[in-house]
Amino acid sequence: MFRNQYDTDVTTWSPAGRLFQVEYAMEAVKQGSAAIGLRSKTRVVLACVNKSTSELSSHQKKIFKVDDHIGVAIAGLTADGRVLSRYLRNECINYSYTYESPLPIGRLVVQLADKAQVCTQRSWKRPYGVGLLVGGLDESGAHLYYNCPSGNYFEYEAFAIGSRSQAAKTYLERKFETFKDSSRDNLIKDALFALRETLQGEKLTSSVCTIAVVGVGEAFQILNQETVQGLINEFEIVGEELPPADEAAPPEQGSGAESGPSAAEQGAAPMDI
Amino acid sequence: MTKQHANWSPYDNNGGTVVAIAGADYCVIASDTRMSTGYSILTRDYSKIIQLADKSVMASSGFQADVRALQKVLEARHLIYQHQHNKQMSCPAMAQLLSNTLYFKRFFPYYAFNVLGGLDSEGKGCVFTYDAVGSYERVGYSSQGSGSTLITPYLDNQLKSPSPLLLPAKDAVTPLSESEAIDLVKTCFVSATERDIYTGDKLEIVILNASGIRRDYMELRKD
Repeated sequence: MFRNQYDTDVTTWSPAGRLFQVEYAMEAVKQGSAAIGLRSKTRVVLACVNKSTSELSSHQKKIFKVDDHIGVAIAGLTADGRVLSRYLRNECINYSYTYESPLPIGRLVVQLADKAQVCTQRSWKRPYGVGLLVGGLDESGAHLYYNCPSGNYFEYEAFAIGSRSQAAKTYLERKFETFKDSSRDNLIKDALFALRETLQGEKLTSSVCTIAVVGVGEAFQILNQETVQGLINEFEIVGEELPPADEAAPPEQGSGAESGPSAAEQGAAPMDI
Repeated sequence: MTKQHANWSPYDNNGGTVVAIAGADYCVIASDTRMSTGYSILTRDYSKIIQLADKSVMASSGFQADVRALQKVLEARHLIYQHQHNKQMSCPAMAQLLSNTLYFKRFFPYYAFNVLGGLDSEGKGCVFTYDAVGSYERVGYSSQGSGSTLITPYLDNQLKSPSPLLLPAKDAVTPLSESEAIDLVKTCFVSATERDIYTGDKLEIVILNASGIRRDYMELRKD
């Protein structure tokens, strides 16, 4: 109702206590192609759908190596994502230079969140229009975080962002309790299954997706196309009919770690969590 | 009134000698492991050699604090390069980067005497030799550090590098085999250890070839 009056500036509050520019930035994330992350005690798998503007062009790079022990998958304005990845890489390099040890992921995501917050409180800036799934290691094992344009960040067992991510989230909610002690192959398999949910019937092949893994004793790497296709074939994920129950999945009731984004879908301001 | 002079120096020389020899398809980079100050020994077991990239290995004698700082800067720059270009730096590229990094501190130099060894993009051995402020040249072999004055004439005699003034440019890499080059390096250090008080304890040899990287060690006189 009053949205249009108070949404010109990021530094203007609405009477209901919302910053609409920030919420619009979170919309941009929802429009981007899907990105998924899941983690076990010792490993994180990032997966994303490759969207390209036409058959003639190459697809957008959505997964970036930040350091040997950290990687990110992005959804939304990929140019913003690229710039933030450069920032993350720089922070890791500077930390390694000073302390000769890898930057703990928990510290990195706070720095990233603070950087995003700055853009919500300066009239000459705009919020970053990209959501980042940051997966990596610190001394206590593997972690997965989601960083919003709002400057908030949450830790997750598994999460999905971008268009049609709801389908993936439903799958992940069913299975996430098994991820903790999952083997590398099973974790990748679950990522592929979750990714397939977002394709809504489109065939899952290695040209449509990108998978990356980072773990204790395994440096971050993006798996190459042949490996991914081999895994897809092995798990017989190709062309399986979606059971009707998945397609009719209602918005979830805000259970567990995914309560933030679900509340947003029900109309409350995302930053209110 | 005479000019006031500083009563301390930001530099110290930790001694030691480094050598590198380029072969047709390998490169040998070697240094002793003694670290000294004045007439004392700080440690007998310090490596002056670092692998900067897949095919680039640097060995530096001089002030080891500056050497370590230089190594860290190059490591960080190499990470940035890998992020931007999605590949490792070639040895000639690293050679240029090292030169630029040294000249950057032209007016407060890194007290480091470097030798960079590795394989070029054709897989041939390459050695680059530097002064403290970044002047560099690709050569077939080189020695730097406290024992260099004893080793370089011996290498000149054994490796008969053709003059860089000859046209057409003649390849400077030695026709010696890998094992012959390693033996030559060992001989160099054993001789230098006899007369240079700052060289000794242990010899570390790094060999870079198509199959990867390998390290060898040899004991030297400890006096």
